[in-house]
Amino acid sequence: MKTCGATPGGPSLDGIDVTTQTIIQGVVLRDGDDGVPNGTPVGSAHVRLLDRDGEFTAELPTNSQGQFRFFAAPGSWTLVVQAPGVRVEQQITAAQGVPADLVISL
Amino acid sequence: MSRETSLVSADWVAENVNNPKVVIVEVDEDTTLYEQGHIENAITFHWRDDLQDGLIRDLISKEKFEALLSKSGISNDSTVILYGGNNNWFATYAFWYFKVYGHQDVRLLDGGRKRWELDARPFVTAVPTRTATRYVAKERDNSIRAYRDEVIAAIGTLNIVDVRSPAEFSGELAAPAHLPQEQGQIKGHIPTAKNIPWSKAANEDGTFKTDTELKDLYVGAGVDLAKDTIAYCRIGERSAFSWFVLHELLGVANVKNYDGSWTEYGSLVGVPVAVGA
Repeated sequence: MKTCGATPGGPSLDGIDVTTQTIIQGVVLRDGDDGVPNGTPVGSAHVRLLDRDGEFTAELPTNSQGQFRFFAAPGSWTLVVQAPGVRVEQQITAAQGVPADLVISL
Repeated sequence: MSRETSLVSADWVAENVNNPKVVIVEVDEDTTLYEQGHIENAITFHWRDDLQDGLIRDLISKEKFEALLSKSGISNDSTVILYGGNNNWFATYAFWYFKVYGHQDVRLLDGGRKRWELDARPFVTAVPTRTATRYVAKERDNSIRAYRDEVIAAIGTLNIVDVRSPAEFSGELAAPAHLPQEQGQIKGHIPTAKNIPWSKAANEDGTFKTDTELKDLYVGAGVDLAKDTIAYCRIGERSAFSWFVLHELLGVANVKNYDGSWTEYGSLVGVPVAVGA
C-alpha cells in the first residue's frame, strides 16, 4: 500500500538491532477530506499496548507522522488507539527479530 | 491530602489559565511535546535537565530547586498546576518532588495531556514570560521518600507495591515496552511486593478512578492500609503516580515513593529477588 509515494508503517529501524528486540510499530491514519487515498497521518493519537491478559503495558502518543513503536516481548498483544471521538482495537502477534509493522486506520 | 486539594479538572484549568496566582507547569517524558503545543500560559520543566542532579543520581538540591522555581516565576503562595503526557507519569513525579520540598499548594490536572487532547481542547506554542521570584523551599521531607535500606528492611513486614506492568514484575520485560529493553539490571521484583500496576488506578482516558474504586483496588490486592507502604517502579515516576493515588487522593498516611526503584534495586549485590507472577 502506498500513500503519495511514501511507505506506510512505523518509524525507521536504522540504528536498531532488530535481532535482539521484539518490535511492534506502525502508523495511524485517518481518512482525510483531501482526497489522499489511504488517509492522512494522525499525530498525537494515543496508542496503548495491552498484554495477553488485557493488562496495560505501555502507551505512546504518535509522532507528527502518525508513527509509534513499542519494544515488547514475543507473544500476543492488543493495541488500543484513541484520538478525539474514536477508539480502535487491533490484535497482534509479536516475534523477536521480525518487527511487526502496522497500518491502523481510524 | 484529598481529591479536592490535589486534583483539578480540565474545565478548572481552562477557566484559570490567566489567573495570576496559578502557574501551570508541563512535565513530560517526551520533552518535545511542550514545544509542539501546550496549555496556554504553561511553562515546562525538563524531567532530566531541570529535575535531576546530573552528577550524582539524586534530586536536585534545595538551593537548585529554589533557583529553578525563582527563575520560573513561582512564588511560595502560587497554586502550581502540573500536567503532562503519558498519563501524567512525570507530572506526578514532579508533584511528589514539589511535596518533598514542601510546596503548599500543588495540584494535578486529572487526565493530563491525554484527556486535554481527547477533548480536542486548544494548545498554543507561545512561551509565556514570567517575572522572577525569590522562592524559599523547605528541607527535604523524607517521610514521603524511601531509600534502599528501608526497602530491604520492609520485605515481609510492610506493604511493598510494585506498580510496573505484569510483564516487568514477572521478569519478562526489563523496562516499559515503549523503551528499549535494558540489560543493566537483572529482571524480577522485590520479594513480597504486590503487583498493582499504576494503570489500574486510571481510566482509559488517563483520569483517575473514583476513591471507592481505588480503595477496593489496593485493599483487594492485599495492601493493609493500616501499615506503612512503599511504592516503586523502574525509575520512580510511575510509583509517584501510585504514591499520589494512595497519599493524596485516598489520604493514606505513611506512603513513600522509592525513586531508586528497580534500576537501583535490580543492580544491588546480594539482595533477594523474586520472579514470576
